[in-house]
Amino acid sequence: MLTTIRDLFRYNSAFRYGSLILVVVFILAGLSFFSPYAPEARRVVPRAAPPSLEHWFGTTSQGQDVFWMLTFAVRNTLIVAGLAVIIGRGIGVMIGMISGYLGGRWDRFLSGLVDSFIVIPRLPLLILIAAMLRGHMTLVALGVMIGLLDWAIPSKRYRSQVLSLREREFTNTAVFSGMRSVKVVVREHLPFLIPFLLADVVSGFLFAIGLEVTLSVLGLGDMNAQSLGTMIYWGNYYQSLLANRVWVLAAPIAAAVLIVVGFYLASVGLTAYLDPRTRLARLQAKG
Amino acid sequence: MTLLKEYIVPRLIQWAIVIFIGVSLTFLIPRMSPINPIDQAMGRLTAFQTLSPEATLALRQSLMDLYGLEGNLLTQYLNFWGRVLRGDLGPSFSAFPTTVADMIGSGIWWTIGLLGLSTIIAWTLGLVLGGLAGYFPDRWWSKAVENTLVSIYPIPYYIVAFILLMLFTYYLPIFPLVGGSRGTASFSWSYIGSLVYYGFLPALSLVIGATAFRFIMSKALASTERSSDYVRFAEIAALPKRRIVFRYVIRNTMLPQVTDLALSLAAIFEGALITEVVFGYPGLGYLLLNAINASDYNMIMGITLLSIVGIATASLLVDLCYPLIDPRVRYR
Repeated sequence: MLTTIRDLFRYNSAFRYGSLILVVVFILAGLSFFSPYAPEARRVVPRAAPPSLEHWFGTTSQGQDVFWMLTFAVRNTLIVAGLAVIIGRGIGVMIGMISGYLGGRWDRFLSGLVDSFIVIPRLPLLILIAAMLRGHMTLVALGVMIGLLDWAIPSKRYRSQVLSLREREFTNTAVFSGMRSVKVVVREHLPFLIPFLLADVVSGFLFAIGLEVTLSVLGLGDMNAQSLGTMIYWGNYYQSLLANRVWVLAAPIAAAVLIVVGFYLASVGLTAYLDPRTRLARLQAKG
Repeated sequence: MTLLKEYIVPRLIQWAIVIFIGVSLTFLIPRMSPINPIDQAMGRLTAFQTLSPEATLALRQSLMDLYGLEGNLLTQYLNFWGRVLRGDLGPSFSAFPTTVADMIGSGIWWTIGLLGLSTIIAWTLGLVLGGLAGYFPDRWWSKAVENTLVSIYPIPYYIVAFILLMLFTYYLPIFPLVGGSRGTASFSWSYIGSLVYYGFLPALSLVIGATAFRFIMSKALASTERSSDYVRFAEIAALPKRRIVFRYVIRNTMLPQVTDLALSLAAIFEGALITEVVFGYPGLGYLLLNAINASDYNMIMGITLLSIVGIATASLLVDLCYPLIDPRVRYR
């Protein structure tokens, strides 16, 4: 595992830059624990000051320090996205494995369900749920909701993987030696899915961060907590653009772009590593 | 006959399932919520005036009636289906006597126009650029295009649109801030010109995102086509490169892209909603934003329902066109 990461870091420039960006992002999120101000504290610094040595990213019209706000925002957005990814991929792996391994009637039923879910636009549904929960929304609820709606496409991918694994010799060996289906799937097939899961987790992060930003910007997130989306929302709410306080908006926008590009580059590197065709090319280059 | 049985009928069944799931979800979600929309509406209506207890009860009763909250869950569900089939989505909360159907009817053509045009542009652009970049992977321009689009691709729609808005309406005020057109609707040059002028930035933000997605996929497909036998033979036969790319490579990469278009319509539609919110474009997304701000649940439900039905139907149509393009499906 560690050698793989080291090799990727050394030979794959996309992975290298991506992971460097992510390290910066995680340091930023970690700094939130050392913030001198509470996340919801207002009027603690001079109002509407441009970036300076004292306040690196400037301050808002409400007297908040943009830099420390950003550390909380990055942390909260990552928490929401992480929760969504865990739930979404959990459901996706389960349905994909059941449908791929059992086959037959179950597979047809589950595949039909999955195909239907892919076609349904998720944003209007999420907006409907979020509007219903307005004012009661928490970061955790937001993450759970995004996760519950993001499992269809990954589950399709796992299903096709399990379909091919099922035809392998070791599956028959396991079945003939009397292993139960659940055990075959969990003990024998799941380890093969982990590399795909890793690349998929990253794309799940991208999706969840995008949705968090979108929902919060519409005013449907947890508006009292700092997140990248709520920072943009309040920035717009207090007319930062018209009042020439661009730094208030620039910080969350730049952070959002940085995070998604970092995750994306890392996933491109991972996918290239997992793709058997490029792996063959690498082996030939070595030999 | 086999085409009908093996291709068209399963697709129709799937379409029916999507509609069923969509309608059931839009029915269930508001009813599972801890907040009672009636209480909220009552709160808003009685915020600026005091009502006698009898009037309050009567108001509550008529609201329950209007929003289909009469009877037990099953009869509510059946009534809901009945109203959906009749196209009666109830009144809007915020613009009270106007029905949701009327308001959606006025907004939907903006969305369809914006969405349709930018999808076609982005699909063609992504396909051609991706095909060219896949066939000539080592040219400087293909690398430049690829790096630009790959770094734009993961950025959320909202942020792309917002950056465009900041750049071209605020710092360089070339384009208008909000709206869809100027003047009265007519077939004059000035009106059509204003349509293009107001629609340009929203369409551009959609095209950028959708092109990047299509480009990445199409480039991957084209680079596998490039190493196939027919391309090698065409090269040995000294066919002009341009002809190889456009007549053979791109034509073959088109097929999976058609299927994928049906699957990605939902994502493009979501992008359009967000774009309209950012640019104040008078389509469904803008209606949705107003509905959110006014807690107009009927309107949100109507738009959710309509978008599920609309996207499911659109992707059904794309899928049904597939046999016209792919002879292998037609003659199976």
